[in-house]
Amino acid sequence: MSGSRAVQHVLAPAALVVAAALLGSTVSRSTEIYFISALVSVSVVVALYTFVGNSGVLSFGHISFFAVGVWAAGVLSVPAEEKPATMPYLFDFLSSTTVGNVPSLAIAAAAGGAFALLVGLPLMRLSGLAAGIATFAVLGITNNILRYYEKIGPGLNTFSSVPETTDLFQATVGALLAIVAAFAYQRSRFGRQLRATREDPPAARAVGISIYRQRLGAFALSGFLAGFAGGLYVHFLPINADAVYLDLTFITLAMLVIGGATSLWGAVVGALAVSALDSFLASAENGVDVLGRTIEVPSGTRIVVVSALMALVLILRPNGLTGGREFSFERLARRLHPAAQEAAR
Amino acid sequence: MTGLLGSGTTDFVGDALDLQVQVDAIGLGAVFALMAVGIGLVFGVLRLVNFAYGQLIMAGAFALAFASDRDWPVGLGIALCFGVVLALSLAMERVVFRPLRTQSGAVMLIATFAVSFLLQSIALLWFGPLGKTATSLVALNRPVSVGDVEIRKITVVAIVTTAICLALLVLLLNRTSIGLHMRAASMDFSTARLLGVRANMVSGVAVLISGVLAAVVAVMLTVQYPTVTPTFALQETIIVLAGVVVGGMTRLLSATLGGFLIGYVSGLLGGALPTAQSQYLPSFLFGLVILVLLVRPDGLFTRHRGLVERV
Repeated sequence: MSGSRAVQHVLAPAALVVAAALLGSTVSRSTEIYFISALVSVSVVVALYTFVGNSGVLSFGHISFFAVGVWAAGVLSVPAEEKPATMPYLFDFLSSTTVGNVPSLAIAAAAGGAFALLVGLPLMRLSGLAAGIATFAVLGITNNILRYYEKIGPGLNTFSSVPETTDLFQATVGALLAIVAAFAYQRSRFGRQLRATREDPPAARAVGISIYRQRLGAFALSGFLAGFAGGLYVHFLPINADAVYLDLTFITLAMLVIGGATSLWGAVVGALAVSALDSFLASAENGVDVLGRTIEVPSGTRIVVVSALMALVLILRPNGLTGGREFSFERLARRLHPAAQEAAR
Repeated sequence: MTGLLGSGTTDFVGDALDLQVQVDAIGLGAVFALMAVGIGLVFGVLRLVNFAYGQLIMAGAFALAFASDRDWPVGLGIALCFGVVLALSLAMERVVFRPLRTQSGAVMLIATFAVSFLLQSIALLWFGPLGKTATSLVALNRPVSVGDVEIRKITVVAIVTTAICLALLVLLLNRTSIGLHMRAASMDFSTARLLGVRANMVSGVAVLISGVLAAVVAVMLTVQYPTVTPTFALQETIIVLAGVVVGGMTRLLSATLGGFLIGYVSGLLGGALPTAQSQYLPSFLFGLVILVLLVRPDGLFTRHRGLVERV
């Protein structure tokens, strides 16, 4: 792979994110929310991609790392004087510590990464269905504990008074950071080794790659990124334990699969495309003008459309919209001018 | 979660051995075993984990609620439930499972995940988050006293129904030619096809039987939980899926035992955990699942297969 082509692989997704951000800066405040949400989705889906895309192992557990990031950043960012009212049972050290915006994001990422490493140590020995169910079990346990253990957070209540610092700028920077980290990883020797285990495990083992170690590394990194995204999310919307469980697991997996799970380009395209559709439907639930006509759909339509779309993409294009390949100008040019390709031959 | 292994331990064991808890746990295990058969049968033939199985049950439960809303006779309601679930199963097979038959297990699992959310969200759109109530069979939920133990009629019904269903299924699989075809397909689908087993027929029948079982489960679950919401049977399906993998998906028997075991264990935990800890029941259950998977990734009840295949 030549250097210039590799640069496309990071520049194209980054450019798409920046384009979305620029578009988002031109719209009204109420529409901007959708853009911020889409950009945070990019961070989550890129985190998920870092493990699932490179390893080929399905994980239902990533939203637990996201949730840990939400809890870490959320609990530590609520102003100290408000904690006794909203979270009266907190451990003392959590109750007495309050950190700023950027440190809280760093702590969220660290917490997500540490939790993923801890969980991965035993779980990365598994593969196939056993791995899928075990990661699901982690999600179930995490949600169950966050929901009822009030010494570490608000329990069943919604986070309140978390400073809303995730604006369009921070969401964009966050998404770009996640993309750069994922790109750096997949270009590194570790990323390549893991991709080799995805394509052919026995052959990879034969050249001395430890499948366990490579998967564990990617799992921890992607937990780190997921925790970071969780931090961004809690600074954006007031959320509770229900918001970080099955629905979010489903929608993020849907984004990854619809875009194309095996490429960074696919992860970003999927996140933005599904977010765009979802936002459109969300506003259509309140009535939206399209070409002079007002369209109004019943509330709840979004998830019907998104899940039908996901099933459809899987049936018609199992490798996703991008075919699971990275962006390439050459291929785009060939696609646009098939004649030029003939002539070149 | 402190104090679990403290003074409470002896009470915990005592409660778990209590006859009442045992009876309820076996009843729960029986229902879960039926669901496990439904999931395991489709997996055996199609190598597909059907995450949307719970939504088949949910659809059947809504059919029962629909009938009870209109004061239909019980038999008609049950017939509607079977009709809806079977139609939905066949549609699912035709539209989703069949085109995906050549895809990897992960793609199929995510596709059924999508179908599950699709059906759930359609139900949400249609019936709202509060759902409906199915009351026509509630009489079965009343207890009968046998000695010190209060047995709800549904527990007996569940155990007997499960036994009958399993016996019929064993007869079908071992004594009929379609059963033979299904067993052949579950061992090696492509070789079975070469030998004249009709693929669409076999997968259709597997899905149909699994649909019949889903309808039976729908009837039994609505007796115990008459409030039918879009998330009806979702939690149960997740737990049964875990149980099926814990038992071992490669054989129907081990999958069934896994389903029964996880139902039984969650019944025991539910009955024996002190109230303060009972809200953490899912954590205990999933923790056990992870432990078992780490020790026996191929399943508790599978035979050791020796070296890794296809190296």
